[in-house]
Amino acid sequence: MKLRPTLRGIAGVAGFLLAWQLAVTFHLPLLAKVPTPLEVLSAFGSALAKPAYYGDWLSSLRRVFIGFAFAQLIGIPLGLLMGWRQRFHDLVFPVIEVLRPIPPLAWVPLAIVFWPTPESSIAFVIFLGAFFVAVINTISGVRAIDEDYVRAARSLGAGPATVFRRIILPGALPSIFVGMSVGMGITWSVLVAAEIVAGKDGLGHFTWEAYVAGAFPTIIVGMISMGVAGFASSALTRAFGVRAMPWLRRA
Amino acid sequence: MNGAARGAVRFEGVAKRFTRAERDVEAIGGFDLDVPAGSFTAIVGPSGCGKTTLIDLLAGYELPTSGRVLVDGVSVTGPGVDRLVVFQETRLFPWMTVLDNVTFGPLARGEQAASAKQEARDLLRSFGLDGVALRYPRQLSGGMQRRAELARALINAPTVMLLDEPFRGLDAMTRQSMQKYLLDLYARSPRTYVFVTSELEEAIYLADRVVLLTGRPASVRTIIDVDLERPRLPAITTTARFLEITGRALEITHEEGRRAFARR
Repeated sequence: MKLRPTLRGIAGVAGFLLAWQLAVTFHLPLLAKVPTPLEVLSAFGSALAKPAYYGDWLSSLRRVFIGFAFAQLIGIPLGLLMGWRQRFHDLVFPVIEVLRPIPPLAWVPLAIVFWPTPESSIAFVIFLGAFFVAVINTISGVRAIDEDYVRAARSLGAGPATVFRRIILPGALPSIFVGMSVGMGITWSVLVAAEIVAGKDGLGHFTWEAYVAGAFPTIIVGMISMGVAGFASSALTRAFGVRAMPWLRRA
Repeated sequence: MNGAARGAVRFEGVAKRFTRAERDVEAIGGFDLDVPAGSFTAIVGPSGCGKTTLIDLLAGYELPTSGRVLVDGVSVTGPGVDRLVVFQETRLFPWMTVLDNVTFGPLARGEQAASAKQEARDLLRSFGLDGVALRYPRQLSGGMQRRAELARALINAPTVMLLDEPFRGLDAMTRQSMQKYLLDLYARSPRTYVFVTSELEEAIYLADRVVLLTGRPASVRTIIDVDLERPRLPAITTTARFLEITGRALEITHEEGRRAFARR
């Protein structure tokens, strides 16, 4: 990491906190009830002292991980197959296209009815949030592969299995990773709402409980926690992508 | 003739039609051509005249609408490792190292990894690429990429090499050294080279025979035999004989260009 950009980043965060503090101090309209950064900090301190807060982190991370992982495990192979075989695409695409525009949260009532536990229904809704993005990005990744690469491989004696494994899959990878990082972002925004409706713990539930209790600084602790969690998981996805695709690195 | 017994190419009354944007396009029509085994044949025509279609037919990526394409008397029905293409710009697999690109063919056909790797290493050394074997294509210069792509093809010992404007996009100096490189390769190992280009002088410098195409639908306008001696050095392009051949070819292409222009 370069020093100067990092310093600028820190300066940006510090400036934002200062502006927040000042806005509350001078009673800017609409901000009268907002706690100050210092109050949030002290609420954060007391949250850190409670084991339940860590439990909320773990629950949320686990749900995101499970939903996200299943979305990739099913979405990527499906997208690869749809991008590679037009007949399969013709068969499956209409269904995908009708289900895709449905907001994941609209699935919540049905998910609660169908899935045996609240936990599995939350994971399912998170899965939906990342699934369609994975499918669509994988398809377009396969479609974007220059036909000449496939031709060259076939000339060199490669059969369909080799073409799939050594051309189609790596060729689609950049787009697959775009789908993963977009999907990761959607995952977190879906999680919170799902936890508010159906969860007994987790960061979304933590935030909602603070609201019900009227503990405003704690609400903001919950919000910031989700921001950090989302940021960290996106960064992790990107880092994973850089490792998986060494050929995109500058020499 | 270089003594090669295999790699004779024959186009027999070949025509190819496409439907592009709901319009019927005839890329090639009434195309007859014999390419002797082991010869270096250049095909020259204006851009968009169907040169790449000829390569696609010969490589087996496309099938003719009518007529036949034969290699050593056998009809081409699909891609095969006996006919390998070096593409415009370069189609090295970007996600593989140079070494993995070169071993792709042998491994795809079931050769042992160790022996394929050894063979590729040896070939890369003779191509002056041993230092970049583990780099990715985009980390290489344009000239190195072209050489690596030649190596990826030649490790499979094809009988026919198809080069589709392979030096397009290279700067003038790199292009010149690649031309020299290709001439050396041709001198060292006998096989048929079909070289497609839009540059007349490049064609005459490299080839034994230069096939001039008509405008669309492409057919053979004239074949010019280039009787310049080998090995050829860049200085040959200033000799009287070279200029005479170029002049004759230019006259024909100029006339063809005028006709094409009048048709529009």
